[in-house]
Amino acid sequence: MPDQGEFYQRDRDWHPPAYVKEYKTSVARSPQYSLISLQNSVGEITGPVFGHNDIDPMDRDLIHNYATAGESAIGERIILHGRVLDENARPVPNTLVEIWQANAGGRYRHKKDTYLAPIDPNFGGCGRTITDENGYYYFRTVKPGAYPWRNYVNSWRPAHIHVSVFGSGFVQRLISQIYFEGDPLIPLCPIVKSIPNQEAINSLVAALDMNSTIPLDTIAYKFDIVLRGRRSTLFENRLEGN
Amino acid sequence: MVQPLNYLKETPSQTAGPYVHIGLAPGAAGFDIYERELGWDIAGPNAEGERIRVEGLVIDGTGSPIKDVLLEAWQANAKGIYAHPEGGGEVEEGFRGWGRVITDFDTGEWGFDTIKPGKTPGRNGRIQAPHINLWVVARGINLGLNTRIYFEDEAEANAEDPVMNIIEWERRRATLLAKRSEKDGKVVYRFDIQLQGQDETVFFDV
Ligand SMILES: [Fe+2]
Repeated sequence: MPDQGEFYQRDRDWHPPAYVKEYKTSVARSPQYSLISLQNSVGEITGPVFGHNDIDPMDRDLIHNYATAGESAIGERIILHGRVLDENARPVPNTLVEIWQANAGGRYRHKKDTYLAPIDPNFGGCGRTITDENGYYYFRTVKPGAYPWRNYVNSWRPAHIHVSVFGSGFVQRLISQIYFEGDPLIPLCPIVKSIPNQEAINSLVAALDMNSTIPLDTIAYKFDIVLRGRRSTLFENRLEGN
Repeated sequence: MVQPLNYLKETPSQTAGPYVHIGLAPGAAGFDIYERELGWDIAGPNAEGERIRVEGLVIDGTGSPIKDVLLEAWQANAKGIYAHPEGGGEVEEGFRGWGRVITDFDTGEWGFDTIKPGKTPGRNGRIQAPHINLWVVARGINLGLNTRIYFEDEAEANAEDPVMNIIEWERRRATLLAKRSEKDGKVVYRFDIQLQGQDETVFFDV
């Protein structure tokens, strides 16, 4: 039975609310009226389609995709891998996954980032790939460093990799952040804590995956991404009506 | 106790942060890494229909333009077909219907060139007025915001549009109307997004 109906309603109590007093930037950027609930139509269940012509296989290797030939980025070498699934636990194949991150010292290659940790000349900080037919993806990169940010006087972001995923319908569009197992900064971070549910927070922490490390070369973390699932068209829930 | 349903929970959202450009629009942010940037050409060279530009600001609760926003557009072609296997048919070669822009670091202005979309099918046989679906992310936005750009000169279609009609307040409906003008012989639609206040833009839970 193919999934051809609407996407399941988003559980807005599982996501962070728009207004989070402790995350100061959200205060003036959070809509205050209720969202208008909208049932899916064709523009919601469809979304952009990407193919291998859009990207380069090298784009998934952040250790080398900005490095001078023969050189590589500085830092703890990691593989970040996992699957993109939907809420029905089915793989989401052929979908674009994009990541961006600070370097091993916690510095972004961005003109607005003035943190004193140095730029790594061999590290750009972004990568992208398309999931295979089983929804599987992987990147090679370096583990990003923690960095300070202006929220409280002394606020530090836990090490994290930003991730953007599409899915097949525009309402699945999602941006999140991947944290790393064992990081003591995770429970202190106001952005992490914008998520009200501890179980939801745990689902953003990538697990050390010893079985996927490359011995003497690269350590591995596993991170599965879950996008909204779709109804199957069992009875009367066809979008077009009758 | 009952049987478990075994659905997975969606990955919770986190803000795109201040450096979203690095990941999603490095070229636009002056950072040369990818050979092919995604999302800069929505309609392609062969698309039928009226060539338009859509531009605006994203304004925060203090009335100031936000200068670190990323917006994505998703739209049908002039015949109302989306470039997707379930989009209702074939589209012109090169028409993708998807675009991605960032706000200017100094002014906060954003804008994209495209074609004006056609009417699209709605639920239960109703027709939706031409519109562009818009997704807005930025530092301080914890979960991407969904809205729609409608066109003020489509008054008749807008009046019949099923989505416009579920918005109870006329004043709020107006926040979804892009204002048409001409600049240097080009059709420009203005669509400013207000995140807060009396004229807060309508955002949807889709
Ligand atoms: Fe970050």
